[in-house]
Order: sequence, then structure tokens, then C-alpha cells
Amino acid sequence: MIEFFQAVLDPDNRFLVYALGMGGLASIAFGIIGTFVTIKRISYLAGAISHSVFGGIGLALYLQVGQGITWFDPILGAVLAAVIAAVAVGLVSIHAKEREDTIIGTLWAVGMACGILFIDKTPGYFSLSSYLFGDILLISQKDLLFVIGLDLVIVGVVVLFFNQFFGVCFDTEFALLRGINTTFFYLFLLVLTALTVVLLVRIVGIVLVIALLTIPPAIAGFYARRLWEMMLYSVLLCAAFTWAGLGISYQMSLSSGPTIIVLCGITYLVLMALNRVVLKLRHGSF
Amino acid sequence: MTHPGNRTDDTACKGPFMETDISLNHVTFAYRQQPILEDVSLTVPKKEFACVVGPNGGGKTTLLKLILGLIQPDDGQIRVLGSTPEKARNRMGYMPQYAHLDMNFPATVLDVVLMGRLKKTAFWFSAKDRSQAMSAIDTVGMTPFAHVGFNTLSGGQKQRVLIARALCSRPDILLLDEPTANVDHETEENLFSILKDLNREMTILVVSHDLGFVSKYVKTVICVNRLLVIHPTTVMDGTMIKDIYYGDLKMVRHDHRCSQEGHCHD
Repeated sequence: MIEFFQAVLDPDNRFLVYALGMGGLASIAFGIIGTFVTIKRISYLAGAISHSVFGGIGLALYLQVGQGITWFDPILGAVLAAVIAAVAVGLVSIHAKEREDTIIGTLWAVGMACGILFIDKTPGYFSLSSYLFGDILLISQKDLLFVIGLDLVIVGVVVLFFNQFFGVCFDTEFALLRGINTTFFYLFLLVLTALTVVLLVRIVGIVLVIALLTIPPAIAGFYARRLWEMMLYSVLLCAAFTWAGLGISYQMSLSSGPTIIVLCGITYLVLMALNRVVLKLRHGSF
Repeated sequence: MTHPGNRTDDTACKGPFMETDISLNHVTFAYRQQPILEDVSLTVPKKEFACVVGPNGGGKTTLLKLILGLIQPDDGQIRVLGSTPEKARNRMGYMPQYAHLDMNFPATVLDVVLMGRLKKTAFWFSAKDRSQAMSAIDTVGMTPFAHVGFNTLSGGQKQRVLIARALCSRPDILLLDEPTANVDHETEENLFSILKDLNREMTILVVSHDLGFVSKYVKTVICVNRLLVIHPTTVMDGTMIKDIYYGDLKMVRHDHRCSQEGHCHD
């Protein structure tokens, strides 16, 4: 572990400082949005959004490299695809009722497939694995600014509309009766989720997004008594997992995204098992 | 024989100047061509305490949702407090069936009750919102639990918290969907005596799927099973819960002033 800290302090390893900064800053967005995704039980929607992001990235690469539209970079494609997918998925989940699963599953797969088709038609070779599984070591200064901006938006919105979001997540029907525009706040939440997912894709990739979005809040849920507590714990846990994951992956020459996810997953499973044991001991059935 | 809409006789005996809080005029509602309510007419006077009973799927919750304006009738008119259900919403307190709520949601009792103070125009809760919420919590006898996690409460305690949430906007009409589901007999008595006190200030409509709650507390029983029939409890002989539950259930069946097909208590 000491080698890792020495590496971070080495001015030649700027990328490590960026990676650690990105992990910490992004955790603010992940912890807050992840808490909503977990309590509202919309991780399936978040999954569909994240896979649609790949369609946007594919389209952007095709336009930028294949058609010479230079200003259309992958991050713009990702943001556009994510926001469109969020609104589409949100409207489906409000109106489609019992067909919801099928439609969202279709969006999920078609979004991903479109991305690959676009890349097929783009000249040159692209390594898909950094999009699929993330590469936090490729983080640039621009990404850091994007994260800071998103953090400010999310914290601002959630502080202002905390009660409205609370109402929409806990009991949508009741919130509607109190005069809250529940459809607006639900779609708003999904759009924020979409933007957060775009951010996550840089760190852990499309395939692993859902894990980092839902596991820290799931662990926080064991201990939090109130919604804001759950958010705070999720942010701290998320930062701890990304930093620890980065350290371990650097030390052992592993991919950073999967290392972070495995660390999250193992911690969650161990804590869940421990909680069960504690519960059983307390009720004396052991 | 009393038919749906024959309500005028009953109201007449309660006084000619009764104000009407809720009125349904020949309301029909179908879900996917399946009729849930057919040609239902109902008048609920101010300070009424009525219990809506009927079998599962008989349209009880649909009736409440129509009154709240959460769904629109296919035919007929609904008026609440002299205007449309949507406009009257903020003067109605609603307690939904608690089964549809996520019981692991991280919130304290006060957090849940404060939802009743949500407003279209305000960002945060004011000190007044908090004191109103605390007094609603006090009304249902849950003050010691105000800062306890909602998910650690028992079924009956959760129901009381949800009643407090419905109360804290100081509504004129209180609508409760199955407030006594999954609670023991003592808790049920307790809840109904709270409701009886509240009835001095507001109109109350309680939905229940079994006749056990047609107790000494309610003034009127509304039977819903696609069609709607009203029984004033004063007309019924035995008013004790036990009588109705065990003995008088049959009485209600045979004495039933409903001849139309589709209405049965089996």
C-alpha cells in the first residue's frame, strides 16, 4: 500500500491524483442519486439508461470520426442519449403498467446494439472495453470540471426539493394529492440519474454502473434511520470503495472498475450475512 | 326497497338543512371494459361517519380514488365540498392501504407525518408545519415515537402514523382505506375511538373489506359491489360488533334492501 501512496505523490503520476479526485467528487453524485434509485427501486431503469448511453457514444464516434463532425464528441453523445433514454423510460414506467418490463428491456438492448452498429460503421479501431468496464486512469481535467458541475447541480436541487423528492419516492399518490407535480419530479429524478450514469461510465463502465449506484446505498440502508443519513453514508461508502479499489487495482495490476465493484459486492454480502446473524442472536433463535 | 340514489329519505330524518360534502351522481367507472362501478349515486352529508364495505374487488378503493380525483369517472358527476375533486384535494386527508408502501424506507414517524404538510409552493417545512405534525401525532397517541424509525413500528402503530399524516393538513374530509387491516381487535377499537373523536370536526369515510367494522361507531354503512347500497346503522337492530360479525351478518343479508343483481355478501 505504501507504494501506492508514493506513486500518488510522484508528480509524474498526475493521472492517479485525477483518478482519486474523480472518485471522491463523483461519490457525492453517486451517493445521493444512488439512494433515490435504491429506495424508489428503479435500478432496472438506471440499467436501461446506462446501456442506452452506449448508443449515444457509438453515434458520437460515428459522426465525429466517420463523418468529420468534430464538435460531436462521445461525452455529448452520451449525455444526449442518457437524457432521451431517461425521459423515454420514465414515461414508459408511468404509462405502460404491466408491459413496463418488456419495453424497458427492449430499450436496454436496442440502445446497446445501436452503439455497436455505429462503431462497426466508423473507420478505425476502438477499444470498447474502456466504455464497457470503465477506465478511471484516463480521466482528464475536463472530466473533473464536469463532475464538479454535476455535484453542484445535484446538491442544489436535492437541498431545494428534498421534501418533494421524499414524497415522490415514499408515496407518489399521496404527494400528488398534496399538489406536488409527481410526474415532473419523477422525470427530473431520472434525468439526474441519467447524468450521473454518464459520469459513472467513465469510472466503472456501462456494464458495472448499476452496482456502484446501488450497492453503497444498500449498505447505507442497513444503518440509516432517515433519508439524508442514507445519502451521507452512501457518499462516504462510495468514496471509500473507489479509493480502496483504485489502490488495490494499482497495487495488483488489475482493472480499476471491476476491482471497485468486487470490493463493493463482497462488503455488501458480508455485512448482510453479519446482520442476519446479529438479528438471529438477538431473537435468541441460534 | 331502497335503491341506489334513494338517499333522500335517510337524509330527511337527519334534518332538512344538512350540508352535502360529497356527492356522486350516476357515476360509472370501468377498467378495461370491466365494470367496477355502475350507475352509482351517493350523497355524504357534512360530519357523516360512514363505512364502505364490500367484497375484494367490489370497487371500494375505486370509490375513494374517484372522490379524490385520482381517477376519472367514465360517466356521471362527482362533487366534493362544492367543487371538483381535484380542486377539493387539499381539503381532504387520505390514508392509503399501507401495504403498498415500502416498509424499509428510511424515515422517522415525524418525517412521514410531515408529508401531510407538503405544499405546491414551499421548499422547506416551517416551524408551523412541524408543530401541526406534532399535534397530529399527539392526536393518534404516538408522541413518544415521533423520532423513531417508521419501519420499526408495528402494523397498528404504522396505521396510526398514516392517520396522523392524513390529519395534519387539517382536512374537512378524512378518507381511510382499510385502516384496520392486519391489526388486532384492541388496536381496532382504539383506532375507531380516535376516529369517533375526529368525527366531531370532520366528515369521515372508512373503507373496510369485512363487516366487523360496522361497529357502534359509524353512522352509515355503504355497501359496494359494482352497485351501491346505503344502510343507516340506526335502522339495524343489533349495533354491537359481535352481533353484526356473527349473528347479524345474516340479518344484514336478508334485511338487505338491495334487489339488483350483482350485490351479494357471499
